[in-house]
Amino acid sequence: MSAIADAAARAVEAVTDRLPGAEVVVEVERAEDHLTRFADSAIHQNVADDTWSVGVTAHHEGRTLTVTSDLAGAGDGEALTALAERLVSSLPLAPRDPRWPGVAERAEVPALAEQPGTSPVERADAVAAFVDGAGGLPAFGYVRTERAHVAVATSGGQLATMLTCATAIDGIASLDGVDGVFRRRAHTLAELDPHAAGALAAAKARAAQDAVELEPGRYEVVLEPTAAANIVSTLALYGFNGRMALDGASFVEVGAEQLDPAITVVDDAPGWGVTIDGEGTPTQRHVLVDAGRSTMLAHDRRTAAEAGARSTGHGFGIGMPVPAHTRIEAGPQAPAPAAAPAHVNPAAAPLLPGAGASSRALLVSDFWYTRVLDPRQVTVTGLTRNGVWLVEGGEIVGAVANVRFTQSYPGALAPGQVLGVGPVAVTDPSSWSATAYGAPALHLASWNVTGNASG
Amino acid sequence: MRGAIASAIVTHFDTATAAVEAALAAGASYADARLMSRSAERMLARNGEIADTTRTSDVGIGVRALVGSSWGFFATSDLDGGARRAGEQAAEIAAASARVPMRAARMVPAEPVVASWSNPVVTDPADVSESDKADLLVAATSAMREHGADVATGTLTFWDTSKWFVSSEGHRIDQRIREAGGGIEATAVGDGETQRRSYPNSMGGQLGTRGWELVEELDLVGNAPRVAEEARALLTATECPAGVTDVILDGSQVALQIHESVGHAIELDRILGWEAAYAGRSWLDLDRLGSLRYGSDLMSIAIDPTFPGALGSFGYDDEGAPAAKRMAVDAGTWVGVLAGRDSAALAGLDYAGSVRSDGWRRLPMVRMTNVGLEPGPHTLEEIVAATDDGIYMETNRSWSIDDRRLNFQFGCEIAYEIKNGKRGRMLKNPTYTGIGPRFWQSMDMLSSEIVPWGLGNCGKGQPGQVGHTAHPAAPARFRDVRVGVRA
Repeated sequence: MSAIADAAARAVEAVTDRLPGAEVVVEVERAEDHLTRFADSAIHQNVADDTWSVGVTAHHEGRTLTVTSDLAGAGDGEALTALAERLVSSLPLAPRDPRWPGVAERAEVPALAEQPGTSPVERADAVAAFVDGAGGLPAFGYVRTERAHVAVATSGGQLATMLTCATAIDGIASLDGVDGVFRRRAHTLAELDPHAAGALAAAKARAAQDAVELEPGRYEVVLEPTAAANIVSTLALYGFNGRMALDGASFVEVGAEQLDPAITVVDDAPGWGVTIDGEGTPTQRHVLVDAGRSTMLAHDRRTAAEAGARSTGHGFGIGMPVPAHTRIEAGPQAPAPAAAPAHVNPAAAPLLPGAGASSRALLVSDFWYTRVLDPRQVTVTGLTRNGVWLVEGGEIVGAVANVRFTQSYPGALAPGQVLGVGPVAVTDPSSWSATAYGAPALHLASWNVTGNASG
Repeated sequence: MRGAIASAIVTHFDTATAAVEAALAAGASYADARLMSRSAERMLARNGEIADTTRTSDVGIGVRALVGSSWGFFATSDLDGGARRAGEQAAEIAAASARVPMRAARMVPAEPVVASWSNPVVTDPADVSESDKADLLVAATSAMREHGADVATGTLTFWDTSKWFVSSEGHRIDQRIREAGGGIEATAVGDGETQRRSYPNSMGGQLGTRGWELVEELDLVGNAPRVAEEARALLTATECPAGVTDVILDGSQVALQIHESVGHAIELDRILGWEAAYAGRSWLDLDRLGSLRYGSDLMSIAIDPTFPGALGSFGYDDEGAPAAKRMAVDAGTWVGVLAGRDSAALAGLDYAGSVRSDGWRRLPMVRMTNVGLEPGPHTLEEIVAATDDGIYMETNRSWSIDDRRLNFQFGCEIAYEIKNGKRGRMLKNPTYTGIGPRFWQSMDMLSSEIVPWGLGNCGKGQPGQVGHTAHPAAPARFRDVRVGVRA
């Protein structure tokens, strides 16, 4: 048994020894987070941490309490004991919990291979490559690597560990206050090309000069993956979240043909190394939308019990069972146009020839500050960022200043509204959490532009 | 007991000092360390039952080191010998940063401070029983259900944070900050829509650097029936019309307007471009500090971490600067920024004082403290009475603003027509949109009824940090505003 698994098992025992009959879930995590941030082509923030934490949830005689604490390390038995004693002394004072769903029982979880981390020097060199790729334009952004070693144990016999590793580059290049972007999450830094990333960002910034203002109205759009991923994360939180559905606030009707047949949405936590949730339930690859038909909702143990369903492995301790490793599946392979402009994300280039055939279309690099106005319809307002261009007859004819939009996301993907799906799905990093939302480029028939830079 | 506490303080200062000394020995020309201990309690009720009770506690140390012109930061939860390693790691990371170096890093001078500070509380939330807290939330959410809410939730949140700060310049400061707050929320589900009402504010209610007395003053149970009835009534209310009209905002929405279109815009790190890739830049140009017209004469905004009981209050920031009030906007003219010692030096300013981190794991950065309006001459009643044709909006529902903090669109939970100086029909799905300085220049009436609205969810930085800030604000009227944007 690994040291971290042993710590989780000892924490369960520490509680059950003191409270025989208690149901207990323990999660122990060692997190190593390294992030090198640059602005104006120089590293201005460079941070790293190495932290241990433990969370214990116990249910006894109808009452439930969760306590969390930091640890000095897996061998910090003193802290585990203190935490157990604190929990045991406080639990009789906790409120009654009539909806306690019980704990996960033993289930097999696949083992994972170790992935290499990165040194501060390797991250600094990746920054240098991005800056060099930007070709003299000021560059801003970060290079990040994360590793999390997690053990989950329950009084029901579950004991499993997982090791997740991820890396990301997220940066812009800037010219006269106009920016271009590259953003991508991967398993290792070796999968990313920081020089090419900087070059793409710089090409976008150069091509976005002399932007004109656009009149509000409905436009056909090609969303690059950096923009389209926002649709996925928003639908995961507001649509496929079992709590939102139980509250009557989700648009999802399982079994209904709600999206265009070109849209298939999968949630693939195991694909990112997340093989177990915080309740001890093994994760699985789930199909949330199959060729336009909504097929399931995400549940943790508590919402599953309320819904009369089984946990889908989405118990990550936030009270909301939200799919967190979700993507729209890529479309059929398609060749990029022979002379695709350098500023078009290669993942979007194959969709460009079909855009703007009968109406004006917009090529959109990125979204910014999207917020839901109407949860049930998932109507969102937000802005474009990091490059927008007008497309006519498959050709880019000029740069457009950023616009504000107000758009129902399920409405944008409704049957008949999806004109094309790019051949490669690209995953976005998050600077907030270990989520992995991805999408291919999307060619959509209609997007509601409700304002421009002037208001 | 007092002896044990004194001993712990000495130990924590010693640990932080060891980290700083290790960073200096590893080549740093400056280093500081924050050892922080935080306990938090969160209770959530749903539909008359307690849905979650969570208690968290953490303790650790974060060390910042300057090597040449480059910074490094390392944090660890291992205080048993890990502090020295953290200092060494911070210096090592700073040395690696020098492969892509900044211009020469300087900091504005600071007198070394040796001090201790804590905020006053009347009743420590830790002294209130779990059953009293639970009974309050159960009663409030049950009352909302009885009065028409399909989903009724309530939250109580408490933090107790202690910090020990040591710098290589001689700072030695300990602080204890206790924070408390709570709120309720009713959701009504209709045919293809949901409507929500929150009290006293959305996003967790009202929060402050206070004790249980803040929660008692809110009277969550007494307000629960009204909140639920309003959520239910919104389902059949008239849609907010589209057009251009005068808008009156309640104080909590003015607070969010300040947060998004003033507070973030005056952060010096944004103005300097340090946040350009993520949070964005600012439309403000330092060349116009002292002359730029930000708003009408009624617009005076202070940066004031000394505001009693407000969520952004402290004794010293995370660089050891004493809390002090400073104007950001004076009678409509932009005069001040939120700054740290390094950003201020780069900008040629002589003050800092607005740098904090959200915990020992994270690098301190420029953050809002309490950024809010000075009182106006009116009351809400007078503002409504003086309005012939307009819309009154209350409680934020959505917020979105561009990366230069200019173009915004906000939605509120509820609105009312104002006709001939009187409140009329209820309106649902109200939104308004505009450009920051134009909007603030249209403010022609401002109430004196200032409340320091606490926001406990201000996101910034990479890795992301969640900041605690407050915005003293009061109801105000804005002329000729575009309202009713919809899909």
